[in-house]
Amino acid sequence: MSKTRLVGKSVPKIDGITLSCGMPKFVEDMPLKNPLCARILPSPYAHAVIEDIDTSDAEKLPGVLAVLTHKNVPRIVHTTAGQGYPEPSPYDTFILDRKVRFVGDRVAVVAAETPEIADEALSLIRVRYRELPSVLDPWKAMDPGAPVIHDEPEAYHPISAKYDPQRNLAAEVKAVAGDLAAGEKEADFLVEGTYHAHYAQHCPIETHICAGELDHNNRLVLYTSTQVPFHARRITAQALGIPLKRIRVIKPRIGGGFGAKQEVLLEDLTALLVLTTRRPVVLKLSRQEEFLSSRTRHQMFTTMKIGAKKDGSLTLMDMKVLSNTGAYGSHALTVMSNAGSKVLPLYRCSNIGFHGKTVYTNLPVGGAYRGYGATQSYFAQECLIDEMAEKLGMDPVDFRLQNHIRTGETSPIFKALGEGREGNEMYIQSCGIIECINLGAQEIGWREKRMSVREGRFRRGVGMCSLMQGSSIPDIDMGSVYIKINDDGSFNMNLGATDLGTGSDTIFAQMAAEILGVESEDIIVYSSDTDMTPFDVGAYASSTTYLSGQAVIKSAEAVRAQIFSVACEIWGVTSTEGMELREHCVNLSGKDPILLSKIACHSLYAHNQHQIAGNESHITKVSPPPFSAHFAEVEVDTLTGAVRVLKYVAAIDCGTAINPRLAEGQTEGAVANGISYAMWEQYVFNDKGRMLNPSFNHYHIMRTCDMPEIKTILVPTYEPTGPFGAKSVSEISINGGLPVLANAIYHAAGIRLKEGPFTPDRVLAALKKKGNG
Amino acid sequence: MKKNLKLQINGTWKEFSIEPGTLLLDLLRTAGYQGVKDGCREGECGACTVHIDGRPINSCTLFALQADGRSITTIEGLGNPDHPHPIQEAFVETGAVQCGFCIPGKIMSVKALLDRNPDPDEHQIREALSGNLCRCTGYVKQIEAVKLAARRIREKKGDHHE
Ligand code: FES
Ligand code: FES
Repeated sequence: MSKTRLVGKSVPKIDGITLSCGMPKFVEDMPLKNPLCARILPSPYAHAVIEDIDTSDAEKLPGVLAVLTHKNVPRIVHTTAGQGYPEPSPYDTFILDRKVRFVGDRVAVVAAETPEIADEALSLIRVRYRELPSVLDPWKAMDPGAPVIHDEPEAYHPISAKYDPQRNLAAEVKAVAGDLAAGEKEADFLVEGTYHAHYAQHCPIETHICAGELDHNNRLVLYTSTQVPFHARRITAQALGIPLKRIRVIKPRIGGGFGAKQEVLLEDLTALLVLTTRRPVVLKLSRQEEFLSSRTRHQMFTTMKIGAKKDGSLTLMDMKVLSNTGAYGSHALTVMSNAGSKVLPLYRCSNIGFHGKTVYTNLPVGGAYRGYGATQSYFAQECLIDEMAEKLGMDPVDFRLQNHIRTGETSPIFKALGEGREGNEMYIQSCGIIECINLGAQEIGWREKRMSVREGRFRRGVGMCSLMQGSSIPDIDMGSVYIKINDDGSFNMNLGATDLGTGSDTIFAQMAAEILGVESEDIIVYSSDTDMTPFDVGAYASSTTYLSGQAVIKSAEAVRAQIFSVACEIWGVTSTEGMELREHCVNLSGKDPILLSKIACHSLYAHNQHQIAGNESHITKVSPPPFSAHFAEVEVDTLTGAVRVLKYVAAIDCGTAINPRLAEGQTEGAVANGISYAMWEQYVFNDKGRMLNPSFNHYHIMRTCDMPEIKTILVPTYEPTGPFGAKSVSEISINGGLPVLANAIYHAAGIRLKEGPFTPDRVLAALKKKGNG
Repeated sequence: MKKNLKLQINGTWKEFSIEPGTLLLDLLRTAGYQGVKDGCREGECGACTVHIDGRPINSCTLFALQADGRSITTIEGLGNPDHPHPIQEAFVETGAVQCGFCIPGKIMSVKALLDRNPDPDEHQIREALSGNLCRCTGYVKQIEAVKLAARRIREKKGDHHE
């Protein structure tokens, strides 16, 4: 590619300094006039019918302005999953229902003058529940006679997908390429195992929050902490049964999302309360509610069988997945499909099978979570690949190098398995996994450390895994960008793409500035306001850089063409041939450069007046995977079972890193979350389905004092379909934690952990079982 | 029954009349210091960190009345985009800011650390920041930011040792 001026440079994040100075930017900082505080009454039961609900005392309490229950809200079935329309998630949710399906499910909501009054009002609501038998074990969800969680007649799937709520089946997908029986027969060795990826929560430091008010036109304005402003507008309109045009959704800065905020959770209630009270309303989840009632990582059991010949080639990869979506089917189909589609193509194999089922249970609700199913099933695949390498007497590095997919190759899974439907055929056009593996191995000291002696109480070991993901959903995701010039030669860029702290506003400014011959600061970015910006599906599916970035390029190029036309007018030439945008000027050899401000003023005030502006959209036919190899060194204390992660290396091919520092930051954040998930995070349930540890005191996420040394290595490749050669970077690196640490622990202590987190009790139990050898 | 109190916030004395149960966090936010963030209200995330008489504290763990007569510093008292504090600059330069929600609290903890120890080692930095959770960055660049800020502040004070 030609040399770039700004792309590939670590320019500072455009909102960095104002965020560092604490300037008000988040939903809770919005200047609302006298807002009411809303609070939700949660269900104490995992499964129950609301026989009666009496809100009269709560309503009488001075300072209470609204109490909503299933009796006085619209009953329109929908999904909370913030996906494209029609959503590939079952419609099984009402704003408020007469049935509750998990501990923390919402029963009623109040709006009051103060939080104290709202809390008191909640305590005055009298509910008579009839408890129902519940399903707390996903393996038993489909047993004959199991309690039916979605027995409401309205539940249906808006796309043609297998859906059988009478059997608690939220989704099922099967895909086969080649001949599984033949693959098994050809194999000299087989390995098989079931790996359990456990419940976890995203833990954005800002919990879910939505604020709403009526504007001067009596329209509803929602400021919401969302990754999907346009889907939030559509789903809110749908759930309330009001015209979409009455709603404006604005996403200010948001305090982290990681998938949790690809969900329309609070917008419906906030909107209803605003319309009911005609007052501004703020509805914010407490940290406890965030754990109990928002969304989680789908718990998943992945059973996989891998076959290989003596020469190390793979003959069979057969994956079966049982996914637990909890009480509602948000992302039930697509997370489960991705467990196959973003994982199985990593290795060359002609006989590949995938069979996934997602079941309902009366447990917290699954949702989108960074990694989106791949995190769950990489645990199984990458541990079993290690097991196979051992059987073959091969080094795990060499075994992977022999088998992984390469540039110019395809996998039958790309076509066979998409997001809730058939996928798109795709040939890999950029792949840096060889370099990732080699550089990562070098950084961790692989060859020496694999040979080291492991004896005594403290045993050290190293492990690795390989990973891929995708970059947006082909044929579905769309991003759109509007750019216009200002008098001084600066540009407004309005786009739907949603910066959730990732820095997308910054990298888009870099891209636009690169093409328009200005600096990033000359691009004024405004994103995610459904009244003001063109459409974008939002921040999910690793699509932002790759997809919306192309829309930025197209729009900037359209603007550039118009700038050149004006330059033609000024110079009195007929052809734009040879014109260039550089240093705030249009340049043409033999002519004096024209400042962009002059172009702008000419077009706005002088002659043939018009607004130079461009608005382009982008969709994609492919979803090119970023690749990565992770390496970790751990130390196992065989006396206490404590595992210490000493060093973690993530080598990643994300194509061109538009802003290397931000790309590293994405990787480090995802790595930290992956380690934290594998080592400490877990939902502890009692036998009634209640999570017992809904606070940071009892649900441990990584702190500075827990960190291992983390090393990120960016391995540049060039993806021809991506903006300036870029692919996605945000999700992939969360997938490594479970398998790489499990493999390292195996190397250190000879124990194979198939369930996280890798706590001392689990490690000790495994050591004991092994005979502490 | 409302109670009166006086606080010196970022150098200016202010008087308030509040409900006795008001948390310092809520008082500060309502008074316009919205850089003080609310991430848990349980003393577990550090997003609400401010200084009381120079010491960092989670403002959600204190009733406002407990701070009566004391001097409070919030992130707004440290710098602004036109005149940022070196710590604020270092956070931006190193890429230590992602969503930014944890950042004001974290920077207040860093400020307290560097005030009492201008040249902290890696271990001391990790200890000092362990109460400030961040879910976005993995902390790598934040620790780099602290080291950079410490060096710059030392250099500014004419102390050139590494
Ligand atoms: S809000 Fe005070 S520690 Fe979390
Ligand atoms: S930057 Fe988002 S929580 Fe720290």
